Amino acid sequence: MLWDALTLQLGYNATLVAIGATLLGVSAGVTGTFLFLRKRALVSDAISHATLPGVCLGFMVLVAFGGDGRNLIGLLAGSAVSAWIGLLCMNWLTRHTRLAEDAAIGAVLSVFFGFGIVLLTVIQTMGVGRQAGLEGFLLGSTAGMLWADALIIAIGGAATLLLVMIIRRPMTMVAFDPEYAAARGLPVHRIDLAMMGLVMAVTVVGLKIVGLILIVALLIIPPVTARFWSERSDRVVLLAGLAGGLAGYLGAALSASAPNLPTGPIIVLVSFGFFALSMFLAPVRGVLAAVLRHMRFQRRVHIRQGLLALAQGQKIYEPLTLRLLRRAGLARADGVATETGKARAAKALRDEKRWEIVRADQTHEATAALYDGLRDIETVLTRDQIAEIDRLIGGPQEVPA
Amino acid sequence: MLELAAQQGVSVAGKGLEGSPLAIRGLTVSYGQKPAVFSVDMTVQSGAMTAIIGPNGAGKSTLLKAALGIVTPLSGQVSVFGEPLEKQRARIAYVPQRASVDWDFPTRVIDVVLMGLSRELGLLGRVRARHMACAMDCLHRVGMRDFADRQIGQLSGGQQQRVFLARALAQDADLYLLDEPFAGVDAATEKAIIAVLKSLKEAGKTVVVVHHDLATVTDYFDHVFLINTRKVAEGTVAEAFTAETLQSAYGGRLATAQIDQISRALG
Repeated sequence: MLWDALTLQLGYNATLVAIGATLLGVSAGVTGTFLFLRKRALVSDAISHATLPGVCLGFMVLVAFGGDGRNLIGLLAGSAVSAWIGLLCMNWLTRHTRLAEDAAIGAVLSVFFGFGIVLLTVIQTMGVGRQAGLEGFLLGSTAGMLWADALIIAIGGAATLLLVMIIRRPMTMVAFDPEYAAARGLPVHRIDLAMMGLVMAVTVVGLKIVGLILIVALLIIPPVTARFWSERSDRVVLLAGLAGGLAGYLGAALSASAPNLPTGPIIVLVSFGFFALSMFLAPVRGVLAAVLRHMRFQRRVHIRQGLLALAQGQKIYEPLTLRLLRRAGLARADGVATETGKARAAKALRDEKRWEIVRADQTHEATAALYDGLRDIETVLTRDQIAEIDRLIGGPQEVPA
Repeated sequence: MLELAAQQGVSVAGKGLEGSPLAIRGLTVSYGQKPAVFSVDMTVQSGAMTAIIGPNGAGKSTLLKAALGIVTPLSGQVSVFGEPLEKQRARIAYVPQRASVDWDFPTRVIDVVLMGLSRELGLLGRVRARHMACAMDCLHRVGMRDFADRQIGQLSGGQQQRVFLARALAQDADLYLLDEPFAGVDAATEKAIIAVLKSLKEAGKTVVVVHHDLATVTDYFDHVFLINTRKVAEGTVAEAFTAETLQSAYGGRLATAQIDQISRALG
């Protein structure tokens, strides 16, 4: 069943949803990355909650003019208008009052959402009969998705993605160093607004699939997932798109593979799965890597300290140091150095002196920055450079490099 | 007549100021009700190295930011090479305070320097070999060539400062404005930065530095601008950097011993 879903063989609706969710995931991940880099991830929460009044008002207008209250374009247009108003309110509050952005987000989010719920209740008591489905915008509903709906999502997502790619350089510059960007003449405020406008577009496009409450997850989780894997913003953007797209696709397939599994929440959970895996397993920034790195570092510190003590004929008291030296065959149980231990100890002592010279010499600055008290000097300098340093140190040269 | 000129946006600067790299007239900036900079006039000498000096909170950084349009002044005019700021912006390179950015940002040293070339690169232009060569050359000038591929979070404070300077160099500007480039950096960095700034001066560029170390003013700079919300003194080091002007800029905040020391150094 799951295999059928993954290979898009579960029927027309499931296929539409899977394609739509994948595209949405990619554009949400990519757009959300810039928001994340700008440290304004929570703005997306206010934007998404501010869509609700627009959806309801859009419905009312459609019905009042005798149209179909479920016309997706009409509802999305309404949601975009109210989200934009919410965005401007938030911006105005942060720029012209002493409120911090988090307070402005809280204010806009709750007021707009509250107003939206009131309108929703009003619509339900209007007894129009065709209102069924508006609640679907809260958590997304994909059951009755039409070809036209999928097309809107695909076009909207692709257009957003294209715009993001066009203004990615100014957005990155503003995110990293807004003052420098302003000094270069970039319209920082307008670039921020454009960025949030794009986030709004993704939100509106995603209402049908994941709904306004959970779209935040697709905007924030893929970027933070991607951040674990790369130290370069352009790659973080690509990886976030990948993580988002994959989560959308897998989530949609999973929810189609069993009856009564909601699409939006499943996508979010899959996305979280990627996040959890990355958090633990990522090679450099991951939690596991950090723990292992710390333990390895501690062992190396102990061995180095032990070797230096051996070289200077000092007694070693620290049990862990002794144990590690013994296990490495560098010392006997009574703390006396073995033959290998003596050689390594002599080298360690000489390396200390070599590092001392490297660190005092400005021409070796890039090398000196790698100094951690442990690194073997031959891994960062050539044989000739070491010989040069040894000449400076003077004394007996029999210690092997 | 002057009013008319001001209304039409014509520079009302006096004679000989039209070509000044940076001329500020009647600049007032306020965060809230208390002015940080009040009615300041400043005329930067072309091809010189000028230090902006004053006590903490005297408005040194704010003056620079207002000159660049980063903060909006309440009043005043800024002209750059005799024209409005916007027309001459490409000729200014700004080095902000190191602490103003998050150094855990996912980017490499070379990417930061390439930001200095953003005008040449445009929105979608590819980074070509000549851009890379230019960025590497700028890194070389600040002694950071070997760091190009490192993540910026791995740098020491002094190295971060030199990367910022390299980014400014990449712009190939005519006026360099630096905000506290020597704050919290090691001696090697300070030497490297001052060497670069002096080479800029020799190439005919104009350098303006917000500076806090009074002991090095006479060694590094030829002009000073003393500020304590209001302008205190402006001119060559010999004219404007005296015991009296320092006393008036710093008030009681400068120990008599310090002033004596500086007076002696000035002869």
